[in-house]
Formats: sequence, structure tokens, C-alpha cells
Amino acid sequence: MRRTSDMKITIGHLYPDLLNLYGDRGNIACMMRRCLWRGIQAETIEFHMGDCVDFKELDIVLLGGGSDREQRIVCGELKKIQGQFQDYVEDNGVVIAVCGGYQLLGKYYRTDAGTMEGLNLLDICTEQEEGRLIGNIILKSGLSKTPVVGFENHGGRTYLNGCRPFGKVLFGAGNDGRSGYEGVVYKNVLGTYLHGPLLPKNPEICDYLLEKALERKYGEVSLRKLDDRLERAANEFICRRFVKGNLSH
Amino acid sequence: MRLRRRFAVLAAKITEKVCVHIFHRQGATWAGKVALLICPSILHELAGQVGKAIFAVCGTNGKTTVNNLLWAALLAEGEKVICNRTGSNMLNGVAAAFVLSADAKGNLDADYACIEIDEASTSEVFAHFKPDYMVLTNLFRDQLDRYGEIDAIMDILKSVMQSAPHIKVIFNGDDPLSAFLVMDSGSDSAAYGISECVIGSNPSREIREGRFCRVCGTQLTYGFYHYGQLGDYICPKCGFQRPAIQFDGRNIELGEEIKFTVGGRCFSSDLKGLYSVYNILAAYAGIRTAGLKAKHFRQALLDFQPKNGRMEEFWIGDTKVWLNLAKNPTGFNQNIDVMLRDGSSKKLVIVINDNDQDGTDISWLWDVDFERLRGLKEDCITVSGIRCQDLGLRLKYAGIRSELEPDAEKAIKSYIDKGSRSLYVLVNYTALFDIRNILKRMG
Repeated sequence: MRRTSDMKITIGHLYPDLLNLYGDRGNIACMMRRCLWRGIQAETIEFHMGDCVDFKELDIVLLGGGSDREQRIVCGELKKIQGQFQDYVEDNGVVIAVCGGYQLLGKYYRTDAGTMEGLNLLDICTEQEEGRLIGNIILKSGLSKTPVVGFENHGGRTYLNGCRPFGKVLFGAGNDGRSGYEGVVYKNVLGTYLHGPLLPKNPEICDYLLEKALERKYGEVSLRKLDDRLERAANEFICRRFVKGNLSH
Repeated sequence: MRLRRRFAVLAAKITEKVCVHIFHRQGATWAGKVALLICPSILHELAGQVGKAIFAVCGTNGKTTVNNLLWAALLAEGEKVICNRTGSNMLNGVAAAFVLSADAKGNLDADYACIEIDEASTSEVFAHFKPDYMVLTNLFRDQLDRYGEIDAIMDILKSVMQSAPHIKVIFNGDDPLSAFLVMDSGSDSAAYGISECVIGSNPSREIREGRFCRVCGTQLTYGFYHYGQLGDYICPKCGFQRPAIQFDGRNIELGEEIKFTVGGRCFSSDLKGLYSVYNILAAYAGIRTAGLKAKHFRQALLDFQPKNGRMEEFWIGDTKVWLNLAKNPTGFNQNIDVMLRDGSSKKLVIVINDNDQDGTDISWLWDVDFERLRGLKEDCITVSGIRCQDLGLRLKYAGIRSELEPDAEKAIKSYIDKGSRSLYVLVNYTALFDIRNILKRMG
């Protein structure tokens, strides 16, 4: 197997000027640090409106959240890169899309102010409905032994149309407040309403994404374990507070 | 009706006393609630008795300090003023400011009222009375779980401004969001601002809100830039730009004390940081716009000692403790700035709660530039409060080691016992009252 010191991960952060709600910087910092701690080189490239995005040089793409108004501005820009983005996804490229970014992955997001066409990468869609779903949220996900914790705040309800969810809701609302599921996983794309931010308190999810990105680039890899006591303590605190009974930790 | 009002005033005063003396809590909120229950029109009636003018103070950061500065400045001019000084700024707290100042007959003897109002509560409050002036400090991202996106707050403020056609808005002209809001509302206005480059930081990294022109969506460009989205901005496409500034801060010096000039007058204060210059300018612009000459403003500023956990100083033995509220990224970054300007060796306790009033979403911690604290000595930061683990984790990913102590009193005491000379305590909202009491008790 290759030495990790020869490896490098390049993260593309799309439109951080507009899609930057709720501590997306935390997700970037988490991925970067957890690479560097293992001796893997890591770099983040920010792409702004009008920049040419070369998906071939990217290993992970992060699409963050924005207000409805900001999402509308980004929407037009995304159409220009739709084809390349789709090729990247179908070629097992890793994507993490949060909140507004998650909604943009789908076919459309219908709001009171009109319908925004999405990237159409996944067969999901979002409808704005009465009231916002706001609060701490806890999931059981196949991607992590530890429950996934985060915070959700969304007016849109996302419908998966048969796609695979990210997790089952143990506490909180999730995609639509009714189905009992949250987020979506398709190939190496993870879409979710969880910010908080998502990755620091859920290091298993972070490592899962890093592993997928490294595997796609270098073949089989095995990531060295890190000292995650603080991460686990922060995660456990939320679980204990909101879910009674035993959750595996 | 008069009898009902008298009874409401009496009941509110008793409620307040009970809260303070028996439950050791600020009683304003309950007092206001009781008064409005007994006499729903009491706020409208008492507001009508204010002789000269009512100021409303709104905006994300600096409300309480600006409101207290206004109050102190008006008192210094010899005016009779009522004020919700402790920062109880929702409808009940606003009502309490009037009711608790009324006499036994249920009447108010006041020239001015200085009333800070939580932005989300403005429409409720404006239904009872229309202020003559609104001082709008700034619009930053804050407590998204409570207020929703900043756009929602701007919509609310626009509609309340338009509901008061005679209101004059005194606003921070360096803030493109405030400037757009005032323009959009069509309200009569006056702007204050800082008209020179002070810190010399780079807008590209820091701006998270209001980076794009609200008129046409193009990215704003900056001549000089202060912090947040504040500076000298212009839209290269549609020409939207920093408006003409009537109250123009210049010759800024930031150090142990701050100094600056406005309109040829020189002011200085013990308050710290560039944001304090804005707060002082806001209050000054407020009373000047209301037609006062502000002859005693300089002295009022020198005498101004906030006793409300906003930059409040305590001495405990040989330790100087500095307590401040920090509840959103812009405010927190300003606090970090002030701390780093203090060259002495110092310790830091940060307390983060996530009760309803704090906002239950604490992801904003990741938007604070904690990375700037990397230069501090090892082992000088303790994280505390309900969400201390999250804060510890945030610091870990900034490359900073911290101690974890959920009990804030123990955390503070431990540094004092170790003989630290200088201790900064940064807290968010619900921790403020308790920690202030702890520090008062220790001091």
C-alpha cells in the first residue's frame, strides 16, 4: 500500500461567498486537519462566481448552505458546470452538500418566490412548506457506528423518490419531518441538512469521505486512527441529552 | 382607565421587587408582563407622556451599550430620561421601562425615552407606540435559529420603519446592509461612519454577509475596510455606495483608551476596540440629530461605566477581570481583536451556553477566527458552559489546546488562585447574569 505522505487530497469549496451559512468552514477545517494529522497533504481551493471549475483536479467537492436569495444567485452559475459536475459524480467523485447545497443537488426547489432548477444530479426534489424545521438532530447512519449528531434549520422538505437516505432520525425532524429519514447518499455523494458543522462531531463520517476520496485516487487505503476523545465527548453529550436509552459509543 | 393604569403600575412594581429580592433575578420582564395583562393600553398611554422624543435602538451588536450611552448623554444635558438599561428588550422589558418609571398616580415625568428593542420584537412594540428616532447600529449574522436569515430581519425592520412615517433613522453608513435597508424603507435618515482606514485588514476573508450589492447582486468593492462588512464600499455596476456621512469619525486611536474626532470635537473613552468608536458615534449622532448640542457629551463619556457585563472590569485580589458579552462571530472577532491589542500576559475563560435566549444553534463558533489566538501561551484558555465540548473541539481544529471545565465559577476561580494578573471572560447571553454575580461576589 502507498505511504500516506505521498498522498494528497484537494478539496473544492464552491462559492463560499454565497453558500457559507452555519460554519461550513468547520467541515473544511475538519477534513484538512484530519488529513494533515495523518501526514496526508491537503489543499482547499475556493471557487467564486465566474471561476472555471476543473473537476479533474478535485477529490472532494463541498457545496454549503445559503439563504434562498443567495441560492437563487448561485443557481444560474451551477448550470454552467452541470455537465462536468455530473461526470464527476458518476465517476465516484466525493461530494458533501449541506442545507442549501443539498437542495441544489436535486431536480428543483420550489419556494413561494418561484421554483429554482437544481443541478439534477439526483432524483430528489424539495418543496417549501409551512414552518421551519429547527433544532438539534440525531441520526443512525450506516456510514458510522456512532450516532450522527448535528443541527438542522430548513424550510424546504426534501423528497427522496426512492434514493437512499443518509440516516434514520432518532431525534429531530429530518428530510420532511414525516418520513423519519434524513439526507441522501448516492455513490460518493452525501447530501444532508445537518450543519453544526457536520464533520467535527462526527469524525467517522469525515474519515469515510476521506477514505472514499483516497480510494478513488490511489486504490485501497487504510486510515490511521486518531485521538478522537474530544470529538466523541461532544457527540455523546448531544446523544445523552436528547435520546434516552443506550446508543452505541 | 386611569385607575386601571395606577393598579397596573403598582402590581408591576411589586412584581419587580419580588423577583429581585426573593428570586434574585432581574424583574423587568415579569413586571412588564403583569402591567400589560392588567392594562393592555398602558405602554401606548405612557409613551404618549414622554415630553420630547422617544429613541428606539436596534441592530445586531452594540444595542445595550449605545442605549446606555444615549441615556447617559441625555442625562448629562439635564434631561429627564427613561431607559431599559439592563437590556430587557422584548415587549415586556420595553413596557417595564415605562411602567417602573411611572409614579403612584400612573403618570410619567420624562423628556426622553431610550428604548432598545430586539429586532424581532419591533413590530410588536411599534404597535404600541411609534418612536421619533431609530438608532440602527449594524446588521450582522446572529442566532439564525431564532431570527432566520438576515433577510428576514431586514424585512421586519423595513416594515416597522414604514409603519412610522415620521421616524428618522440614524444608521451606520459604513454598513451596506443598514444603508440599503434605510434607502429601501424610504425613511428620513442621518448616517455616521468611520472615514479613514484604521486596522487595514483585508475584506476578502472576513466578509460573510452583505458582500454582494443588495440592489443588483454584484460584488461590492472597498476603498478602506474595517471589519464585518463595514467600510467604504461601492457597487461597480449600479453605483450603490457608502452614503454621505454626517457624523464622521476621524483621527482614530485605539489603545488603552480610544480617541477620535467628529466634526472637529475630540472625544476619548475607556471603552475598547473599534466597535466602541461606532457605539459612541451612534449615540452622539442620535442626540445631535434630535437637536441637542451635546455640550456635555465629552464628560458623559468619561463618566460612562457600564455595569452590565459589557466590557465591565472587576478586581479580584490582584487579578483584573474583564467581562464581556460575545454572542456572534462579528462580536467575538472584535473581542479577540481587543484582547490581542493588550500586550500583557493573560488568561481566557470562554463560556458558551445554548439556552433559547442564546440561540440553540452554536455552529457560529466555527465562523469565529479563533485561529488568531494561536500566538497565545500554552494553557491559558479554559472552555466552559453547557457547550464547552463543542468549543473545545472548535479550538482543537484551530490548533489550540484548551482546558475543559463545565463549571464557569471553578474555571474563573482556578486562574485567580494561580495568581493570574489579567483574565478575560467572554460569555454568551444566558451566562452573563450569573457570571456577573459570581464576579461581583468574588470582588
